[in-house]
Amino acid sequence: MNGFDLSAILGRADYVSMLVHGIEMTFVIYSGSWLLAMTLAILLLALRMSPLRFGEPVVKAYVSYHRNVPTLVQLMLWYFGIFTLLPDGLTSWLAAHNAETIFAVIGLGLCQAAYFSEDLRSGLRSVSPGQMEAAKALGHSYLSAMRYIIMPQGVRNGLPPLINHSVSLFKNSSLAIVIGAPELTHAVKEIENLSFRTFEIYLIGTVLYLFFSLLIMSGGAYLSMRADPTRSARA
Amino acid sequence: MIGDIITIINDYWLLLLIGQYPNGPLGGLANTLILSALSIALAFPVSILFALARLSKWPLLRWPVTVLVYVTRGVPLLMLILWSYFLVPLLTGADVPSFVTMLTTLVIYQGAFLSEVVRAGIVALGEGQMDAARALGHSYLSAMRFIILPQALYNMIPSMISTFVATIKDTTLGYVINVPDLTFAASQVNNQLLTQPFQVFLILAVVYYAICWSLTYLANAVERRISRRRAGPANDPASPSLAQAKIVSEQL
Repeated sequence: MNGFDLSAILGRADYVSMLVHGIEMTFVIYSGSWLLAMTLAILLLALRMSPLRFGEPVVKAYVSYHRNVPTLVQLMLWYFGIFTLLPDGLTSWLAAHNAETIFAVIGLGLCQAAYFSEDLRSGLRSVSPGQMEAAKALGHSYLSAMRYIIMPQGVRNGLPPLINHSVSLFKNSSLAIVIGAPELTHAVKEIENLSFRTFEIYLIGTVLYLFFSLLIMSGGAYLSMRADPTRSARA
Repeated sequence: MIGDIITIINDYWLLLLIGQYPNGPLGGLANTLILSALSIALAFPVSILFALARLSKWPLLRWPVTVLVYVTRGVPLLMLILWSYFLVPLLTGADVPSFVTMLTTLVIYQGAFLSEVVRAGIVALGEGQMDAARALGHSYLSAMRFIILPQALYNMIPSMISTFVATIKDTTLGYVINVPDLTFAASQVNNQLLTQPFQVFLILAVVYYAICWSLTYLANAVERRISRRRAGPANDPASPSLAQAKIVSEQL
């Protein structure tokens, strides 16, 4: 290695475009799995709170599996295992449409849904039952009480863990390299192989991840501040 | 399907358990557990030092550790593993086995996370403990050693166990630098069989589930026990809650 030189990487258009593509794919995986996780988390929560008798044990088993099996193993099970069990037509369609990225989104999304649903649940549990009774006494229906009284408080209480887990999801998107999805870590490794400028490219990758993580954290801090009902009193 | 799984376990249980041990490096489940136990044992003192440094009044101690903790929390573990894989051999000048590389990474990573737990535990005790200890003639260090840390660390036991679970899950990432652990053994089995990937990775998932579930169960039992003890004989439900013992470790 001959001296520290960032321009050896940032000065070359091909490396820069690989990095940009990596960032794009990381965000595709991140936003795709985030949306999937949030949708599923809300469904899981609804199932758990519903009067259906099988709801609670099913959701508990789901959460338990996804929290106790390493995310990497879940991704491997999806990509190396379940992928091969699918019918041929679907397999070839997936193979033609970035199967790695799709399975990264599915695997990370399903895993994160377990964490998100627990965060939402603990947020909702912190709203006292008296709130629901009071809302009903004031003439709210169950759904409207949920929508206007319970949910706003529950989501606000569940916000800090939700933000933490959103940051973890962003960092976990790097695991997609194991199943070959072309995200940021993948781009970093590839540029390293091409340029042999290990120190420089790792530094760039680290700074990029750090920057986006801090961005998500401060976005979350802003949201928490906005959601804080005492904010106007303090301001 | 179930027949296949039983056959795989019958044929490869030894490889999954200890890797190629007598004829090669120790691997498999045994290595996963040794790696996790070693890294948590080493991360524990590191985390106390980090926490003390972050609470120190000297900026020279406080700032570098604060930056280190933030960087460790903001960057994927995978990126840190790549850094160690590159830096550890460079700095030591020796051909370091991937096991040691992974151990170094996990000690720093979990040390940074645990240090936040320790720090929260110390802060949650309140300043009165330190003031009282100083008034009784303890120096800062001796007050830490005999008054503050014993209380803070006792409350930390459940989060220590859940950090251990997180570490077990983190060791799977050693796969990218070929640490011979359980995941590595399973992918070896998969490469030999070629035709039954789903069965092999299902076994892998079930084994991890069994270990992590039992440890999480243990952590919850210990947490209940500690909060009962902290509640004291009066069993006042409103008094000392275990807010600081809540699980702060990173998921993976």
